[in-house]
Parts: sequence; C-alpha cells; structure tokens
Amino acid sequence: MMRTLLIARRELAAYLRTFQGYVIIAMVLAVDGLLFNAYALGGVSKRSSEVLSLFFFFSSGTTMVASVFISMRLLAEERQAGTLALLYSSPVKDHEIVLGKFLSALAFLTLMTLATAFMPLLVMVHGKLSPGHIAAGYLGLLLLGSASLAIGTFGSALARNQVLAAVLSACILVALLTCWLLARITEQPLSDVFGALALWNQHFQPFQAGVVHVRDVVYYLLVTYVALFAATRVLEARRWR
Amino acid sequence: MIHVEGLTKYYGSHAAIRDLAFRIERGEVIGFLGLNGAGKSTTLKILGCVLLPTSGRVVIDGHDVVSHPHEVRQRIGFLPDTPPLYDEMEVGEFLAFVARLRGVPSREVSARVAEAEEKTGLREVDEALISSLSHGYRQRVGVAQALVHRPALLILDEPSSGLDPRQLVEMRSLIRGLKGAHTVLVSSHLLSEISQTCDRLLVIKDGELVAQGTEEELGQRLGGGGFIEVEVRGERERVLAALAGVGPVRVTGEADGVVTLRVDAPEELRPRVAQAVVGAGLELLRLDRGAERLESLFLRLTHGPEGAAS
Repeated sequence: MMRTLLIARRELAAYLRTFQGYVIIAMVLAVDGLLFNAYALGGVSKRSSEVLSLFFFFSSGTTMVASVFISMRLLAEERQAGTLALLYSSPVKDHEIVLGKFLSALAFLTLMTLATAFMPLLVMVHGKLSPGHIAAGYLGLLLLGSASLAIGTFGSALARNQVLAAVLSACILVALLTCWLLARITEQPLSDVFGALALWNQHFQPFQAGVVHVRDVVYYLLVTYVALFAATRVLEARRWR
Repeated sequence: MIHVEGLTKYYGSHAAIRDLAFRIERGEVIGFLGLNGAGKSTTLKILGCVLLPTSGRVVIDGHDVVSHPHEVRQRIGFLPDTPPLYDEMEVGEFLAFVARLRGVPSREVSARVAEAEEKTGLREVDEALISSLSHGYRQRVGVAQALVHRPALLILDEPSSGLDPRQLVEMRSLIRGLKGAHTVLVSSHLLSEISQTCDRLLVIKDGELVAQGTEEELGQRLGGGGFIEVEVRGERERVLAALAGVGPVRVTGEADGVVTLRVDAPEELRPRVAQAVVGAGLELLRLDRGAERLESLFLRLTHGPEGAAS
C-alpha cells in the first residue's frame, strides 16, 4: 500500500508539473463554462434544479472526455519513455503500479471536478437548491469519472503510445455508452442486459436528478474494478514480450 | 549469486537467446560482451525481472526470477539500456523516490541518496531537473538509481554508451569502485571498457554463449595466448637453430640483420629463450610476452567462423 501511494504521489506531482494537466483543466472549465452559460442558463426560464440537472448532464460528457486525456499517459508514457523498467525491476507488485497510477488520475480528476463547483454555487446563490442534489450530482460525476479513468488505464496499459491509448480508451467508452442503443433494438432479456451495461444512460441520469441508487454506485465501482483488474493482467502479460 | 541454466527467450519465432548457462559468484565484476543484437539486453532484462524467459531457470541469491520475482527485485539494481528517468523530477527527489520504492526506510532515505550521489558524482546537480541534464549526467543518474538501495547485485546495461572519452574514464572508475560492495554485471560492446573493469568475461553471439573466462583464459582457449615475440640481431639460420629447442618458431620479419620471430610457447619459457639466444652468441634486442589482444579475440569470437565452433 505504501508503494501504491508513493507511485500515486509521484504521478500526481507529474500532472501538476507538466502543462498537460493544466491544459486539460483549462479546457474542461472553458467548455463547462460555455455550456453552462449557453445551455443551462440560456433559453426559456427554468427552475434552479433543472439548471443543475443540465449542468451535471454536460459535465458528465466533459468528465468522460477529460478522463480519456488524463489517463492516456499513465502506463503508455512509461512504456514510451522506458521508465516502466524502473517499476518492473523494483519490488512493486503489478496491481500496486496500476492502482497507484489510477489513484493519481482520480485525485487529479477530483481536483478538476471540484474546480467546476462555482457554477452550481452560483445557481445556489441566486435560486433555491438542495445541497443533496449537488452532492449526488458530484458523486455521480466522480463515479462516472472513476469508471472512465479505469477504462483509460486499461487502454493505456494496452497501447504503445499515448495517442493509441486515447483512441483505444475512447473506443471502449463509446462502445459502453452506446449499449443503450443496442438495448432499444434488441428483445428481452438481451435488452435488459445491454441497458444495464450502458455506461451513462440508465446509471447516470438518477445522479443528475439528485437521486443516489446503490445499484448505480455498485455498477460504476464494478466497472472500475474490472477495468483495473484487466489493466493489471495486461501489465503482467507484457512481461512475456 | 547468479545461476543461469538453459535460458531461452523467443520473440515470436525468433530466438533472442538460446540455452544460456553461466554462474556468477558473489562479489565478482562480470563483463557481458557482445555485438549489438547479440542478446545482451534481453538476458539482462530477464535477470532484472523486467522480462520473463520462454524457458530455462535463473536463480539469483537463491530465488527464482519466475516464481519469486518479488524477492529477487529486493536484491537487485537495474540500469536498462535507456536510463529510466522521470524528466520532470529533480535528481535528489528522483533518487529519494526510487529509494523509497525499493524499500529503504524513510529515516535512511536522505543518507542513501547522498551516498549514491557521492559515488556517482552527482552532488552538484542534486537540485537540477533531470530534463536539463546532459547525456553523461543522465547516465550517471541511471547508475545512481540502480545502487541507491545498496542492492547485492547490480545489473548495468551499457552504462558507457554515448559517453565522451572523459566520461568513459569516469564511468570506468565508477564501476571499478563498486567492486566489493556489490556483485556487478555490466554489458558492453566496447572491449576497452570491459577488459579494464571486469574480473571475468561472458561473450555472447547470436543469442548463444560462445566463451567465458578471464582475458587470459579466453586467449589460451582460442590458441591466441602464450606466444613469445623475440627480436634478435644475427643471421636468420643461426637464430632459428638456436631457438629450435624451445618450441615451434616462425619468422615474422627481417630487416637490417635483425630477425623478428614468434615462438609458440607459454610465457614462462621466456628465460629459456633468452638463454638460448645469448648462449648462441647472438644479440637479444627484445623479448616480449605476445598474448593476443582482447580486441582481436573478441572479433574472432563474434565474427569469424571459428567463433561459433568454440
């Protein structure tokens, strides 16, 4: 565990020292801010809770995109730069490497997500909002982000370079996202399976509305676990070649 | 310390190394010699627990690299062919990170980092960003990260590649300085580096071990060692007659009444050669031990057809 945290701390420091991290935060804040102004606040007058739901709706999109960019470097860059040999030759277990990397990305994503908090707070100042709604929405964003980052970590473990890692992770994310479309055109019980598998549709919308279901929390944690487990196996397998 | 048996590694259908076997005792400094692509890096990566072998057994300090890699990793320091450095970190900070990662207790970390910096001459760049370092310094940081936790075994893959002549000398003395405290396995395609720093050589060619031993042993095994070079003033026939009793003699040069000869006999017979020449009333101008230079040995091992057969 100590080594996991050591790796996570080094990686987080690397995010904060290279400008890649700041570019990602700046882009997310810019896009979120634009959408917040144009989409959530603009148009016909809405209730505060509707504005907040819309905010979480597009934030979920930017979170997923940002996750791909945050996680693409995790293992692919180490492989590219040859530093993976340092971790491989140290007394660190593969799951500690994967977990450390993932935790640093999650910490970075949390920082980034918290930086958007001024938007719901603005709504809160001018209207009436339940803190529970805000909390539920952010919990949803972090859980969705965690699942996306884990998938990104897996993509990064598979790929030789960062670009390839981003493409791979994006493909997996899109495939999971569009499962709900498959659910619409298939029959029971297959449609239930696809519906439950879909990354966003069925599982994120309750958070957006301020409702926390245990099954949704479990779903995101499960996706995170499975993706990280797969990334660990990939790392192990890579020692063979 | 290291026991390797039948070590084989395939990349797809291509065998990078085949059936390697060797032993290395504790405290030895071993040179791992071969041309580029001979399989040096692959072997060292397997010893460094970065790569798994296709077959064969590697036991380091009593632990198998396949079944107990964690125990092995606690005992080794590995410098791969490209130094594994995080560019955005400072030298001291990076070494501290590596020390903690390799299990150095927190209270000893700064002392170990200082020790490693001292050994590798990095004291003055302790606070420099790694990305700002020159190639020579990067290479030194690579060595420092391998030894910061005082491993029993140091594996250095081409630590001298790309260094300028002054840095080469420094690296050589650095490696010599590691002797005693660590068992060192250092690879190179540069002979000059290896012959001066290592106790013993392992020569690899096309993924197979073609020779091992000290420089002299290799020379003798290849028939290159043990000849005596003599320069004598006098007539050729008289000189040949005088030396006939010592061993097979070959004239290699003759000018201005001076004959240069090669006597195929071990170097211990030099006094007999001298006696024979002087006893025959000839003038002895020069008497040399003419062991074949390592350079030509190496070329013979790795290029010539007889290299593969030995």
